[in-house]
Amino acid sequence: MNEHANLLIIGAGPAGLSAALAAAPRAKRIVLLDDNPLPGGQIWRDGPQAKVPGQARRLREQVLACANVHWHSSTRVIANPAPNTLLLENAERGWQIDYDCVILCTGARELLLPFPGWTLPGVTGAGGLQALIKAGLPVRDQGIVIAGSGPLLLASAATAKSNGARVLRIAEQASPAAIASFAAQLPRWPHKLLQSISLFDRQYRSASHVLAALGRDRLEGVRLKQNGKVVEIACDRLACGFGLIPNIQLAQALGCAVERQAVAVDSWQATSQPCVYAAGECTGFGGSERALVEGAIAGHAAVGNRQAAQRLWHRRARWQGFANALNTAFALDPALKSLADSDTLVCRCEDVPYAALTGHSDWRQAKLASRCGMGACQGRICGAATEHLFGWQPSAPRPPFSPARIDTLLCLEHTRDA
Amino acid sequence: MPDLTLDGRPLHVAAGTSVAAALALGGDGCSRTSVSGQRRAPLCGMGICQECRVSIDGRRRLACQTLCRDGMQVETRP
Repeated sequence: MNEHANLLIIGAGPAGLSAALAAAPRAKRIVLLDDNPLPGGQIWRDGPQAKVPGQARRLREQVLACANVHWHSSTRVIANPAPNTLLLENAERGWQIDYDCVILCTGARELLLPFPGWTLPGVTGAGGLQALIKAGLPVRDQGIVIAGSGPLLLASAATAKSNGARVLRIAEQASPAAIASFAAQLPRWPHKLLQSISLFDRQYRSASHVLAALGRDRLEGVRLKQNGKVVEIACDRLACGFGLIPNIQLAQALGCAVERQAVAVDSWQATSQPCVYAAGECTGFGGSERALVEGAIAGHAAVGNRQAAQRLWHRRARWQGFANALNTAFALDPALKSLADSDTLVCRCEDVPYAALTGHSDWRQAKLASRCGMGACQGRICGAATEHLFGWQPSAPRPPFSPARIDTLLCLEHTRDA
Repeated sequence: MPDLTLDGRPLHVAAGTSVAAALALGGDGCSRTSVSGQRRAPLCGMGICQECRVSIDGRRRLACQTLCRDGMQVETRP
């Protein structure tokens, strides 16, 4: 059975929630979906060990209270079988939805780079560990090393500590000069300044990065390069993430232009495709405040309320400034391109080692020769890694966009104009 | 407060706990065996990497995006 939405919003993080709230007074039927069980996205992920801020709770309640907003949890986009039509799947069923207008709020994922030992149980992303803890992962009395880059390292450390973990080290790859210059700009955004002071940790080290995760069957320790010196720390967990990268796969599949690895949008948050808007981290990494204002602009613009959208432009510019400062400060050190050994697995789905990838000229050639990127994650992890390591451009995604059940694919029989 | 089964062993978890967290609460934290035989555990925690895929009541699901429910049968070994 097909569903119809006047406005479809994909992703229920800050941008998606904010878009729904802005559009609600003027839209007939809004459908908001997310592949997680609860709205809030990554930053406002709820769970037994999560502390969701009051602002997030209020926004969530306001949106879900709108009679014309229909919420689909744990729902993924599988394919785009016809114009303005998407194939969806949840735990129980598959179905098609057609829409007049769509706002993509697909967020960002962590850049996870391969290093020796990174496939050991006990190694996670930095934001990954935070998400897992919020959902109930026990870390009490565990020794944790956090490494990689960006403010997420501090946020992840704070979540781990508040749930009883011992954070043994936070290794930030950026130089002390880059961090000092970022910190000097923080007074422009007083709320961010306060936040960073509250997150300060005396285990924080700049100019430091992971060399290897150590252990046989699971993680036992980590080797770091800390300010030029090699150190080893015994630990129970290593949380390592090298910043955030926009999730642009669905936008690409819909034909939207991409600029600097993010969905390109104009001042109305409109993409290059008619009736397709994008907001939040998928248009470039910039934090929840920027996502909220972009979402609101997209929501207003999508229902034709250009005045309301335009009134928010100055606020967006303010948070875009913060995003720019962030992205400059935490630019990645080229040394991180040489962490993997020849036998380090790069593609974790098909277990393809680094040695099998060197010598290829592009992603497609490497993929055909080695099966890199042909597993369950469809190159979401290794495609981003090889883009960083070798400068390869991953090919545009093809449906199904994530592993789907046959029953779901059979729904395509009911595609209009098929 | 859901009661589930993890690789044949009973497990009781707090409401709202993800299956990914349950893997660590009731076992060694691992979710699957890779094509070359390595045991793996959840990595990205946000539904991207597919490392946490497990069998739940006979269907392949992502442990990090699935909440524990009463009576669930979770299997991490093929």
